[in-house]
Amino acid sequence: MLGALIIVFREAIEAGLIVGIVMAVTRGLDGARTYIAGGALIGALGAGVVAFFADRLSKAFAGSGQELFNASVLALAVGMLAWHNIWMSRHGRALSQELSSVGRAVVSGDQTLYALASVVGLALMREGVEVSLFLYGVLASGETGFDVFLGGLLGLALGMATSFATFYGLVSIPSRRLFAVTTALITLLAAGLAAQSVAFLQQAGIITLFSDTLWDTSWALSDKSIFGRVLHTLIGYSDQPSTMQVIVYVMTLIGIFVATQLCAHQNLMRRTSASPTP
Amino acid sequence: MKKFNAGSFAQMLFICMLSSACISSAAWSGETYTLTIKNHHFEPAQVKAPTETPVTLLVKNLDASPEEFESKSLHIEKIIPANSEVSFQLRPLKAGVYKFVGEFHEETAKGEIIVE
Repeated sequence: MLGALIIVFREAIEAGLIVGIVMAVTRGLDGARTYIAGGALIGALGAGVVAFFADRLSKAFAGSGQELFNASVLALAVGMLAWHNIWMSRHGRALSQELSSVGRAVVSGDQTLYALASVVGLALMREGVEVSLFLYGVLASGETGFDVFLGGLLGLALGMATSFATFYGLVSIPSRRLFAVTTALITLLAAGLAAQSVAFLQQAGIITLFSDTLWDTSWALSDKSIFGRVLHTLIGYSDQPSTMQVIVYVMTLIGIFVATQLCAHQNLMRRTSASPTP
Repeated sequence: MKKFNAGSFAQMLFICMLSSACISSAAWSGETYTLTIKNHHFEPAQVKAPTETPVTLLVKNLDASPEEFESKSLHIEKIIPANSEVSFQLRPLKAGVYKFVGEFHEETAKGEIIVE
């Protein structure tokens, strides 16, 4: 039972953290809960559908269906997160300074909620496939008892608890600092997901350059341990990354940082030239 | 916004799939080694492979439950549905021992590739 709990929790933890972060980022926005719940529901249903067609998916595209599915889902999530940060650097800082939370909700509501709700959906879909396949396997094989299945469900519950812990941890940060913290978190999260995405492209043989392992720190902290897994999601920690993964990680960090700085700068310039009063 | 999301997703998926269909089939090469999974054990549990040569691993899952072939050192993480088989190529490897497990049954499903 404990084994099943750990297997499922390990898979659910990434989605759990992402949901918690998104909940904190969108707190106070009109309809945020509805969007996130909707994204989560669609993601979970999507996971069920993909798991059901797992056999066909793994045979698709010369046997690279799984890898392409994972790589695309991850890349899309990276795009959404990057876009959110860029959009917020353009509008969010000014809005949060000038407008009440109601005004902010009206202005920024739809724009970033779509992006973040889809990130939630994508995270649940990807992680959900493995969880549902594992639980299905437990039921289908019949050789293991019901307690294993129960262990799996408890792992899922722990994953959800992670969401709430993350949310309450983040919202306890003073609101004037929260924006900077979540911006940094989302940038690191995106870079980590980008590195995961490229690993699947390498696995599919689409990218063959720099495929050797750059370092091995599995003796110090395995990214299969629970703490390692948390760091894996939050900052993209990997105990045996390929060189290409590290390159993509760094490039994503730099890319998002430069794009947000440029947009924030542009925005500042435009605002100061439009209204010269301090 | 909704429309844009769905469109870009479909577009991205299509491009990825298209490019992979061309590339991966062309890149397929090297000797193929076959592993079977039965009662959550790998058979053989040990495979010898040459250094710096891309090899293909064909894994047949004879069990009624899905398994996930996972190896950190090989950089592979792949689901093998029940009563099904998957194959994938390994990057050219340096000499050494590369361990792998079936993640869903880690106590029993263990194996290694010895590259020499």
